[in-house]
Amino acid sequence: MKLAYLIGILTSILFAHVYANETTEQKIHELQEQINLLASAIEDSSSTSNGWWDKTSIGGYGELHYNNKEGSNDVIDFHRFVLFVNHDYTDKIALFTELELEHALAGEGKEGEVELEQAFIRFALKDGYTADAGLFLVPVGLLNETHEPDTFFGVERNNVEKYIIPTTWWQAGIRISKDFGNGLTVDFAVTDGLKTEDGYIRGGRQKVANAIANDGAYILRAVYRGIPGLELGASLFQQDDLTQGSSADVEGTLSVFHLNYKKGGFGLKALTGSWDIDTDTEAKDQSGYYIEPSYTWDTDYGKVGVFYRVADYNYFKSDSNNQEEDTSFGINYYPTDYVVLKADITENKANNETLSLGVGYQF
Amino acid sequence: MKTLRHFIVLIFLASPSIALEEVYLEPNQFIKNSFETEPEIKTVWLKKEIKADIKELTGLDYPGLRIRYWEVGNKRAWILEAIGKVKLITTGFLINDQSIEDMRVLIYRETHGYEVQYPFFRNQFKGLRFESQKSYKLNKKIDGISGATLSVNALTKLSKIALYLDTLVAQSEN
Repeated sequence: MKLAYLIGILTSILFAHVYANETTEQKIHELQEQINLLASAIEDSSSTSNGWWDKTSIGGYGELHYNNKEGSNDVIDFHRFVLFVNHDYTDKIALFTELELEHALAGEGKEGEVELEQAFIRFALKDGYTADAGLFLVPVGLLNETHEPDTFFGVERNNVEKYIIPTTWWQAGIRISKDFGNGLTVDFAVTDGLKTEDGYIRGGRQKVANAIANDGAYILRAVYRGIPGLELGASLFQQDDLTQGSSADVEGTLSVFHLNYKKGGFGLKALTGSWDIDTDTEAKDQSGYYIEPSYTWDTDYGKVGVFYRVADYNYFKSDSNNQEEDTSFGINYYPTDYVVLKADITENKANNETLSLGVGYQF
Repeated sequence: MKTLRHFIVLIFLASPSIALEEVYLEPNQFIKNSFETEPEIKTVWLKKEIKADIKELTGLDYPGLRIRYWEVGNKRAWILEAIGKVKLITTGFLINDQSIEDMRVLIYRETHGYEVQYPFFRNQFKGLRFESQKSYKLNKKIDGISGATLSVNALTKLSKIALYLDTLVAQSEN
């Protein structure tokens, strides 16, 4: 009898103990759930505000240049100050804009210009297609679309992509792009065109400023990036009449091929471009190429890159065909990503040397 | 004028095809594909020291309070996000024995650099690991895609974070 009594007491103590353990575990579990709910609430409130600022982004780049050229004045110039403002209307419709102040001061009789370089709406379509409508950068060469200062060597942009491609070059129109999913992208665009009476290509950019649009242009580009580190591109620009109807039709076709290869620290850029202009003047053939090997490595204080570039080009300006050869070498130093200090020396055909120093950034 | 007429035709050709489509691998599907058996869902709380380590390792201030992961044995799946140029890239990492078995771009919102989602690029991440657990240095260099430098940088940084967190979890579980 006594034994049964004792067992009864022990059993009830044991049950009470187990029950107590269960409630503690339950409490911990509940507490854990509460903490998780709290964490979710904090994470949600900090990530979903849905204001316009969530759909609008700002970026930009800038570059200050100092040029010390033999036989000329030294010049210091805040060459470019650029702001990007982009906005997403929906997941698939977005606005892209780029506004640039060149040479720091714009206005009547001043050195600089304020320019609208991009303003287009992009539509993401089915099957890897996108369509852009508005004012956009011509898809050609290496620098025209990607020219943030930390993405290229040399303080100044190379002259082949200045005089043959006329970088920075934008037109207005519509572009359809197709991403084939294997590294190949093809762009086709119909835009307004250049307007040059004498055949000076760089001077023919109308910059979509009340531009004469009697004759438009077709642009076709194929780019292959299917192997990491490699980019191969081919572009064609064709315009029926470069004069926009101010004299007999002068057809112009620009073809450009480029290579950009990076493997480890080694880099190689090469580009060739040539105009075929239907005229009997010296403006008929304008072409050029450059080749630029480089090597970049990490140090304890940031990344350092050195380059060497040979450029050979001829372009028509001021009633004559100018044959030029530039040889450049220099250094880029990146104290942190997207900030670059540059120095280079360029020697032209007449053996004049220019020392250039620059600081650039993008964000 | 001929070009102008072509231009107009092109606009009308393009307009009916403006139907919207999402192109990505659903995060849930990524988890499903990663494991043969049902994984256990676990959480790493981003304590001050962990955030400081991530910052030192990648320069990123990783937001949020915790990161979820999925685990079967020594195999873990991590879903992490970082900004490419202006938009978040959602990325899945499958790590086995502290070595990346698979990297998938799950949601890509940037307009440039979409090539990072293709096999020729992401295959480079297979076998990526830290040279030693002290140095947190990757055992190989990821080759970039020109025009996609920012996205490639973001993915390389995320792979470091995934390997770091995986190492941390493995050490605490042993």
